Amino acid sequence: MACYTANWDPLGEEAFYRKFELYSMAWNLKEDLRDCLVAAAPYGGPIALLKNNLRKEKSPGSRPLLEIYSASGVPLASVLWKSGQVVQLGWTASEDLLCIQEDGTVLIYNLFCEFKRHFSMGNEVLQNHVREAKVFHTEYGTGVAILTGAHRFSLTTNIDNLKLRRMPEVPGLQKLPSCWAVLSQDRVTIILLAVGQDLYLLDNTSCSVVTPPGISPHAGAYVQMAVSFNYCHLALFTDTGSIWMGTSSLKEKLGEFSCDFRAPPRQMVWCTRPRSKQRAVVVAWDRRLLVAGNSKECIQFVLDEDSYLVPELDGVRIFSRTTHEFLHEIPEASEEIFKIASMAPGALLLEAQREYEKESQKADEYLREIKDQNLLSEAARQCIEAAGYEHEPETQKSLLRAASFGKCFLDKFSPESFVRTCRDLRVLNAIRDYQIGIPLTFAQYKQLTIEVLLDRLVLRRLYPLAIKICEYLRLSEFQGVSRILAHWACYKVQQKDKSDEEVAHAVNQKLGDTPGISYSEIAARAYDCGRTELAIKLLEYEPRSGEQVPLLLKMKKSQLALNKAIESGDTDLVYTVVLHLKNELNRGTFFMTLQKQPVALSLYRQFCKHQELETLKDLYNQDDDHQELGNFHVHSSYSSEKRIEGRVAALQNAVDEYYKAKNEFAAKATEDQIKLLRMQRRLQDDLDKPYVDYSLHDTVYGLVLDGNHKRAEQLYREFRIPDKRFWWLKIGALAEREDWEEMEKFSKSKKSPIGYLPFVEICMKHHNRHEAKKYAARVTPEQRVKAHILVGELDQAADAAIEHKNENEMNLVLSKCTAATDSSVGEKINRAKAQILKK
Amino acid sequence: MESLAESRDRRCHVTGRAWRGMAAHLSSGRVNLTALREAGRRELREFLDKCAGSKAIVWDEYLTGPFGLIAQYSLLKEHEVEKMFTLKAGRLPPADVKNIIFFVRPRLELMDIIAENVLSEDRVRSPLRDFHILFVPRRSLLCEQRLKDQGVLGSFIHREQYSLDLIPFDGDLLSMESESAFKECYLESDQTSLYHAAKGLMTLQALYGTIPQIFGKGDCARHVANMMIRMKREFPGGQNSIFPVFDTLLLLDRNVDLLSPLATQLTYEGLIDEIYGIQNTYVKLPPEKFAPKKQGEGGKDLPTEPKKLQLNSAEELYAEIRDKNFNAVGSVLSKKAKIISAAFEERHHAKTVGEIKQFVSQLPHMQAARSSLANHTSIAELIKDITTSEDFFDNLTVEQEFMSGIDTDKVNNYTEDCIAQKHPLIKILRLVCLQSVCNSGLKQKVLDHYKREILQTYGYEHILTLNNLEKAGLLKLQTSSRNNYPTIRKTMRLWMDDVNEQNPNDISYVYSGYAPLSVRLAQLLARPGWRSIEEVLKMLPGPHFEERQQLPTGLQKKRQQGENRVTLVFFLGGVTYAEIAALRFLSQMEDGGTEYVIATTKLINGTNWIKSLMEKLEPAPF
Repeated sequence: MACYTANWDPLGEEAFYRKFELYSMAWNLKEDLRDCLVAAAPYGGPIALLKNNLRKEKSPGSRPLLEIYSASGVPLASVLWKSGQVVQLGWTASEDLLCIQEDGTVLIYNLFCEFKRHFSMGNEVLQNHVREAKVFHTEYGTGVAILTGAHRFSLTTNIDNLKLRRMPEVPGLQKLPSCWAVLSQDRVTIILLAVGQDLYLLDNTSCSVVTPPGISPHAGAYVQMAVSFNYCHLALFTDTGSIWMGTSSLKEKLGEFSCDFRAPPRQMVWCTRPRSKQRAVVVAWDRRLLVAGNSKECIQFVLDEDSYLVPELDGVRIFSRTTHEFLHEIPEASEEIFKIASMAPGALLLEAQREYEKESQKADEYLREIKDQNLLSEAARQCIEAAGYEHEPETQKSLLRAASFGKCFLDKFSPESFVRTCRDLRVLNAIRDYQIGIPLTFAQYKQLTIEVLLDRLVLRRLYPLAIKICEYLRLSEFQGVSRILAHWACYKVQQKDKSDEEVAHAVNQKLGDTPGISYSEIAARAYDCGRTELAIKLLEYEPRSGEQVPLLLKMKKSQLALNKAIESGDTDLVYTVVLHLKNELNRGTFFMTLQKQPVALSLYRQFCKHQELETLKDLYNQDDDHQELGNFHVHSSYSSEKRIEGRVAALQNAVDEYYKAKNEFAAKATEDQIKLLRMQRRLQDDLDKPYVDYSLHDTVYGLVLDGNHKRAEQLYREFRIPDKRFWWLKIGALAEREDWEEMEKFSKSKKSPIGYLPFVEICMKHHNRHEAKKYAARVTPEQRVKAHILVGELDQAADAAIEHKNENEMNLVLSKCTAATDSSVGEKINRAKAQILKK
Repeated sequence: MESLAESRDRRCHVTGRAWRGMAAHLSSGRVNLTALREAGRRELREFLDKCAGSKAIVWDEYLTGPFGLIAQYSLLKEHEVEKMFTLKAGRLPPADVKNIIFFVRPRLELMDIIAENVLSEDRVRSPLRDFHILFVPRRSLLCEQRLKDQGVLGSFIHREQYSLDLIPFDGDLLSMESESAFKECYLESDQTSLYHAAKGLMTLQALYGTIPQIFGKGDCARHVANMMIRMKREFPGGQNSIFPVFDTLLLLDRNVDLLSPLATQLTYEGLIDEIYGIQNTYVKLPPEKFAPKKQGEGGKDLPTEPKKLQLNSAEELYAEIRDKNFNAVGSVLSKKAKIISAAFEERHHAKTVGEIKQFVSQLPHMQAARSSLANHTSIAELIKDITTSEDFFDNLTVEQEFMSGIDTDKVNNYTEDCIAQKHPLIKILRLVCLQSVCNSGLKQKVLDHYKREILQTYGYEHILTLNNLEKAGLLKLQTSSRNNYPTIRKTMRLWMDDVNEQNPNDISYVYSGYAPLSVRLAQLLARPGWRSIEEVLKMLPGPHFEERQQLPTGLQKKRQQGENRVTLVFFLGGVTYAEIAALRFLSQMEDGGTEYVIATTKLINGTNWIKSLMEKLEPAPF
């Protein structure tokens, strides 16, 4: 700890830089890096090497070998390169490898050297060949820029939405530019290129010559250029060893450095930190590394072997055959705390905590000093922040311990930043582990976000770690664990060496009913890999039928789809499958299928009822459902047949079906209806009045009303109308006809089956009290009171009630009495009631 | 067509007025159903805002009533709805709007009309208008396929669904207002409405928490419970973290209790529905009894238009009397009349300025109470004219005889006489079905006699209606020699001789003697539990079951002493107002321990229920 600042190098007055080892590389590389095409993804991403690429002899034994390693040099995958000559490798934002071939074809591989797809950069590129290429990242995604043998540039800003742009010609360009870079300004992608001492800017339409402000006229020809990570800054290296640093808009100069080396550097990259005032570039030659910034001084390192620079958001990674290092500017908080003889609150707090552990009273002195200046919370904040910048867990711990110690003496210090930093560091330490090999810094991690980090772990198939992190950070299952499990399962189904059962079981074992898991997505993936059986097995676990059914239909498993649709209860889904089946199968098989699925069958019947009546009949026929066939014919007799003959024929069909259905009643009733229709037709012809389609009751009523008693009688006998109803019917019609004579005759034709009270009622209904009274006399004793009341003979009613000694009846009469006119009747009843009471 | 739009505008304005402060009645119950209504409104607003610019809505006419309970015209207007039309074939009426939105149920025949609308639109003018479809309650692949076949699917920019499953009718009442639900489920084996019911229950649970216990009786109930459990698994994001409001869900098939809807309801609200029909909480009444209050206003034409009133618990007096037996309503009304006139008398005693001020401040409330009283007095008079008629009495007597088990096995004289006098067919069907249900089916001879009488009197075309009633089990042949109804009646105490209509002590007051079987099932479930009636449950159709939905420990309820349980009773296939009244009676019982919220596929009465099962057969015109 004492020599903590040992690897700090000052750059001018203001800033310190340090370089420290991330990993010693595990890759046992035999070749020199300079003999390979190299690409390393930012954010601690993977490294791709293409070996033997430049050997001219194309014997099969010496085919190039594409290898992919983690940042710690752990091999992830390798594959023999069998395609064309590769000019450039590069990584996309989603960590896919782009291999740009000489013919302009770009092949995309995943982290595991599995081919994903390819695209072409266009005919022009094909003809003139790729001379140089660059992969770049903007807000649009990952882009590719090509310099062709015809000295023309072509680019696309997003390889996932391929739109090729051919940049305008640079006038008079006869040879390849000495160096060039892609810039992104205000959402426009442009190319900056240097030809000797001239700089050109190429945008979509034009080519313009530019001059960096404040550059010495004797600076010489440009040999190297570097654009910062965020496209804000530009550095230019000339053959006089001068480095110009400025904004990439070329409007402002930030600094200049003149170095002793004039050879074109192998690489030059920016090394800055977000929100830092310091600007510095790192320049690498074969054996030398130089950090140059605002100061006249520079920092120099010797490189023992070939090294490769990877610019990062907040520094530069440098890897070689044996090591992988990180070079960055010391952040402010760390500087405050660790700078020698620092009196910053953080430094004092760290010291106080150390003394406290030694049980020395100096702890109190330091603490008092911070507290006197009222800077304790600032001290804690510094320690927490500085902990984030450290790679060594031990240093992280001591800083966090100091923060925690300081917190004890603070009342209102929100624990949130402390807790969050602890958690984040835990995650970072886990992924920086050499087995995993993602050396993210705190700042990179924050920029990348946890979601993307999880995606990257998933891409590396580090499912258990990803899940542990989700659980540790308590991410919701939906966006955390479930998503990762689903990815795992999608990967699992592609493992061809395992049987369908094994895979399905393994997937279900792990995923269970975890909410948010889409088994159908996994199944779709399995289907895409040609594993239909596995897809079906996986779909079994999918709870959402809405998801199951379309996929099953797509896989032509309609029968299964039908089962699933029915299980879901979603009738719309069932309809969809049924209609699908209808088109897919021949009619016979279709019907047979429905037979086995009553739910689907009844829904299809509903459909037919509204849409295809004839099919409905076929369905019933198929089922031998004679009852429904009968109903069907009855239906069509009414709705589709216009002529009597047609209707009768339809009804005759119905009769046959009803008999087959052993529904005697319906068959007889229908036969009667046929008979009635025929009779009505005759009546209509004879009497020139409409009778057809009246009910039997109405027909007879109509006949009586017209005085056709004979015909009415005939129907009454023919259809065996019950006496009672016939009597009701006839007196109703007679009363309406006011044929009182006929009614009386009828009443005497035989003993009324309905008694005589209805006669009284019907007469009164037609306001014929005189006639009513005739019948009132004939009613049975039980009904007499009611009859008398009806005709308004309250006195007689009272007598009858008293005779019956029926209190209810008496009350009824009493309720009809009005004081003015019927007082005597009232009294009579009251007397009688009193008498009953006495008994 | 323009005039139609105008009339629709007017209608909406009128109802809009009535809605001011409407949500009040929804929050009055134990469960605040305003949240459900709010969720519905929010969803509607979101959809409307997706279609930027002025809009015209083309309505599937059936939807306007239920929609009215969710959103008034003013809400639509705020979101730039300028015109409303009724969906019909042919060309759309002209309207200078940017968007045409179809609000429709997912039905194929409606799709054909929409297609016609859209196709004829393109022919007459340049395609300036955007089309959208809002399916209520659910998008349908089938319908979209039909639109595709018609070549118009691409014309629609937004095709969405509006999950209007359970519509809040009152503080304790939800209905899907799905008219044909019973017919579809029990006659046609089409369980679409059950799927919607399950979806509705999921929405309800999303708002009010997972219901830990589910009980049910009947095949449809079982199906709905299965779908709920299934849907819960489908629910993304896992556990619902809302503290459960409902303790229990009871799912009941209507065909477990076919009897209750057949009997004449005798509560005030039930009778209003029986006689005048309540639709989406509104009732239309003959205007004669409602004389205009201020003379000269409105002129002579006022009495010709039916009086339209909204009936819900927002009206204090109605809330008090709606569930009473009609025979107990009169005394309440006269008591109220006295209180109100006494209150108005107060003004003579008001002397100080303060007193006058206080009186004046109460005046609006008192005036509202007085007009409410006047309305209900008029309604009560209208109803009384009918309930005191001889025919109503005779009919009721027969119903009660059947329900108490008297002479259910032979042809009934009264029914026969009614047929002979050609009383309304539905009345006859209700009586015959009631008898059949109370006798576990009729003997062949009796059944055939009734059927023959009906066909001869009302026409042969009703043979299909009779067939439907038989399929639904309302009318049936007695198959086993045993009549189960008496056992059920006795065990479940369905018939109470000593009914107290004025101060009821049992739910049987709602039918003046008959205790609705469905509500008895709910009551017995709460106490002492269904285990006590295992035997009877077996006699009723369909399985009975219990399911538990696991709650995370944090959401498990610790019941306070004396705190009531809340049970949601869902009637699959419809519920009557009398049954609702009976459940409300149980909620209010002091030692009941359970409060009920009621949900249903449709609010029904015997008449509209039977009507929904009838087959309309009309001879083709010559």
